[in-house]
Amino acid sequence: MERTGLRATKPDDTQAMAVAKAPSLAHQAQTNGWPRNRGLELDLSWVLDARVNLSATERRVASLPGRRTVKKDAQAAWLLKAVTCIDLTTLNGDDTAERVKRLCAKAMSPVRPDILQSLGMGNRSITTGAICVYHRFVATAVEALGNSGIPVAAVSTGFPAGLSPHHLKVREIEASVADGAKEIDIVITREHVLTGNWRALYEEMQDYRAAAGEAHVKAILATGDLKTLRNVARASLVCMMGGADFIKTSTGKEGVNATLAVTLVMLRMIRAYEERTGFKVGYKPAGGISAAKDILNYQFLMKDELGREWLEPDLFRIGASSLLADIERQLEHHVTGAYSALNRHPIG
Amino acid sequence: MTVAKYFDEMSYGPALEADTEARDWLARHKSSFGHFIDGAFVASASGKTFDTFEPATGAPLAKLAVGEKADVDKAVVSARKAQAAWAKLPGHVRARHLYALARMIQRHARLIAVVEAIDNGKPIRETRDIDVPLAARHFYHHAGWAQIQDTEFADHVPVGVVGQIIPWNFPFLMLAWKVAPALALGNTVILKPAEFTSLTALLFAELASAAGLPAGVLSIVTGEGETGALIVDHSDVDKIAFTGSTEVGRIIRERTAGSGKSLTLELGGKSPFIVFDDADIDGAVEGVVDAIWFNQGQVCCAGSRLLVQESIANLFHERLKRRMQTLRVGQPLDKCIDMGAIVAPVQLDRIEALVKKGISEGAELHQAKIEMPKGGSFYPPTLLSGVQPTSIVATEEIFGPVAVSMTFRTPEEAIQLANHSRYGLSASVWSETIGLALNIAAKLAAGVVWVNATNLFDAAVGFGGKRESGFGREGGREGCYEYLKPKAWIGRKARVLPALPTLKPVAGDFAVPTVDRTAKLFIGGKQARPDGNYSRAVISPKGKVLGEVGEGNRKDIRNAVVAAQAASAWSSATTHNRAQILYYIAENLSGRAEEFADRIGAMTGASATAAKSEMDASIARLFTYGAWADKYEGVVHAPPLRGVALAIPEPLGVAGVICPPEAPLLGFISLIAPLIAMGNRVIAVPSEPYPLAATDFYSILETSDVPAGVVNIVTGSAVELAKTLAAHNDVDAVWAFGTAELSAMVEKLSIGNLKRTFVDYGKATDWMDCTAAEGALFLRRAVDVKNIWIPYGE
Repeated sequence: MERTGLRATKPDDTQAMAVAKAPSLAHQAQTNGWPRNRGLELDLSWVLDARVNLSATERRVASLPGRRTVKKDAQAAWLLKAVTCIDLTTLNGDDTAERVKRLCAKAMSPVRPDILQSLGMGNRSITTGAICVYHRFVATAVEALGNSGIPVAAVSTGFPAGLSPHHLKVREIEASVADGAKEIDIVITREHVLTGNWRALYEEMQDYRAAAGEAHVKAILATGDLKTLRNVARASLVCMMGGADFIKTSTGKEGVNATLAVTLVMLRMIRAYEERTGFKVGYKPAGGISAAKDILNYQFLMKDELGREWLEPDLFRIGASSLLADIERQLEHHVTGAYSALNRHPIG
Repeated sequence: MTVAKYFDEMSYGPALEADTEARDWLARHKSSFGHFIDGAFVASASGKTFDTFEPATGAPLAKLAVGEKADVDKAVVSARKAQAAWAKLPGHVRARHLYALARMIQRHARLIAVVEAIDNGKPIRETRDIDVPLAARHFYHHAGWAQIQDTEFADHVPVGVVGQIIPWNFPFLMLAWKVAPALALGNTVILKPAEFTSLTALLFAELASAAGLPAGVLSIVTGEGETGALIVDHSDVDKIAFTGSTEVGRIIRERTAGSGKSLTLELGGKSPFIVFDDADIDGAVEGVVDAIWFNQGQVCCAGSRLLVQESIANLFHERLKRRMQTLRVGQPLDKCIDMGAIVAPVQLDRIEALVKKGISEGAELHQAKIEMPKGGSFYPPTLLSGVQPTSIVATEEIFGPVAVSMTFRTPEEAIQLANHSRYGLSASVWSETIGLALNIAAKLAAGVVWVNATNLFDAAVGFGGKRESGFGREGGREGCYEYLKPKAWIGRKARVLPALPTLKPVAGDFAVPTVDRTAKLFIGGKQARPDGNYSRAVISPKGKVLGEVGEGNRKDIRNAVVAAQAASAWSSATTHNRAQILYYIAENLSGRAEEFADRIGAMTGASATAAKSEMDASIARLFTYGAWADKYEGVVHAPPLRGVALAIPEPLGVAGVICPPEAPLLGFISLIAPLIAMGNRVIAVPSEPYPLAATDFYSILETSDVPAGVVNIVTGSAVELAKTLAAHNDVDAVWAFGTAELSAMVEKLSIGNLKRTFVDYGKATDWMDCTAAEGALFLRRAVDVKNIWIPYGE
């Protein structure tokens, strides 16, 4: 039997199970028309077959910054593209409606218009990819964002630990969708991965996907809790089989959040999943990415490991809160030639 | 391009490293360089120059001096003068110099990296992130060896004046690999960089001089092959260290034969890259990028032969082709590329011709359809799949960015295909199963094996090949010995050969004769009549016939080699088992001590006391190697990574041994015992004048559980039999002790398969002296060190 053999790469492959009852394309403008992942019957042999060599993974990401770089206009363009992929996030215990509104304003105007003008991008509508909040503030954000087209993402399912009763987690998703969330960032039950209970993980994922309906589901693996890259690879596959639209590294609350090594593994699983099913699953690193030069490395990996189409917000999101401010400074520096300061850019 | 266009396309733009400082350096020298001799730049005595070009553009870069005899002579004189003083410096002082060189490299790292990229065509990423840091690491590491040389190598002294000839693929790194150990251990150096890439060597010499390196310690003589030949042939050079092609390595071996020059050769390869079905396939695909598209594939240890398990071959090739599509080829100074330029048009032509040949022999060509730079010498990443072992591209080193791939079915077949090569430099094994990966690593005929990795290098880990990939190691403790010679062998005198007695015919009498004993050859555990069916008489000093031994010929050697090759199980026998057998030989020999002592006395005329001493020493020596058999161990190197590198001494294989004429028993034991203790199989040619001790010995072997074929004995003419052994391409090593002419002949004839040779250049060894005639000095010559890199982590 061929290991992980190539199969037909068409979305209508009979392998693809109709996991969700929901029709595809939740918000047409946000997708480039890729059919939505319909999931796959749990393929345990594929899951258990996943092998990741840590040292080899590290060597790839270690040599990456030496192999890829962008300078000047190209760099400005790449950073601006990163802005469009940011899920501008606030997930704090002291969040209030006013705080969320301020963030929404920033999402709609993430870069000073004069800077965009100087970059020759004044005629483009540059916004962040989404606003990401707790359920409590979904309605607030939806209202604040009005008809900007920026989707609201809600973290859900007992975020960040994901240990609430299952039926409440499902209800939480439904409530956020009812409030207008177009995207749901769910957290998986890490126990299922750590105990090898892949079926439980798969079924949980299916339930979340079904509950989300038309809203897109980002599955947070909490890679810092899973510890090994093999666990990350397996959990990635199971979540995609269960219907995840995106796989996402972290809640931002684990000891270790997004890393390039974990990213490489998850991207390779996305690629293998596409190789087999034809479905393009998105990727979202979250937590710990705060410098402009860091996000470029993630973008290089996306482009080189997955392809150009994975640089757009329908397939790439960045969970970050302070990254935007650093990008703004870099862009101003590019325009003026002088190093910038935080207080020269509106707060978010 | 505008921001908006980049935003829409998300393409990479050019990201060029500035070359201002590098061009300024060239301009300061008016783009013209002399040799660096005796601490200063000097023009060639003849005034002749040649041009060096920039591979990425083809534009001339600088004028270099042509090294001719007068220049080489001058450099050697300067090196010789400096050597005594340099060696006399306390280790700590040399350590300070080496340390200063390491620091100097780090201070000027970017300048060196940029000059190297311009001169060689390789990407700045590689010179900046790999070549230059590794070079600095070599100087740091070897500063340490200088510091502790007095205690760690107390029984050795420096070799002396060393000629070093390095290739164009890693000009600066190879300089470091050669110069750092040589200088650290008290030698002085004349280095000839490759004609395509001399600039960083000249820059290094200039910077080293400024950093306080004394004049004459390091000279750089530029030029082409002729200049190299002048260094190789120079009578006042004590050692040649060469990295380059197998073809030139052979020439150097031949030219230095009999000269007494120490020699290390780091030559070509066609290294296997083996992917099992339980590998991290994506990791392995990326490994191929590091294996064959590193330095444009111009790497002696490039993993150029992909061996992929059949069950994953389709998937692996699909993913590899996809990966090839995202490789970027561009200007060496572009920081956004994976591959730069091929070093010179002549190399580009060679690559193109070989690929064409591969296709005509049935290989399927795949080249990434990627943007290629215009002008200059560039070649795209290339995969030739479905290659048959009969194809030239499966066996010849292409030395370009061309991987060839084949499939295998089982681990056994993987080993068979991997080892079926004249080369044996390196290998890469990909499997997530530890038992499989390590088992394969142990069985590969290669000097370096990387497990789930490729092209890892470090100053603490020896690098070097087996078979026609050369001999000697660079790096680590094993590499240090290449620049040292044993104190115990200094001052050995030329051997005085005993006058051979002449036969004094005596008529028989009517006494009862002794029962005739016919000494035969001993091949494959059996006594065998010589193929030619001639005998030679062994005559006592008094002129009496002591017996007759078979006159072995080339066919007897052929048969003995077949028997020795068939005894390969000895090489994997446990060390305890080998030790037991050596002790058992000693035990059985001691039971016949008197008889052997009488035989020695009768043949050589030695006094009874002297004969008994030789006998006793022989038994003791067998004990010594019985002792060493399970104690001559490897080491665990600690390179800077999460993992280990295991340096394992491995047997050479089949060794021919020409025993010295003197000490008929002790000489024989002293040479075969270390070889078999380390797991080699031996074809021994006993002392030509006194062969009977060895032929008596085969009954000892028969009763000591020595497996058939492990020790074979062929009597006859030392020179004639040595000739066959040295030229035999299935013999891995020849040890020859006898005349200077014998040494020269053996070294000269060894070039067919570049076998390891160990000769005495006609210098007599005192076999009774344990410091000169037994132990590590011999054991080191009986093994090759294999380094297995094992990065780990989950």
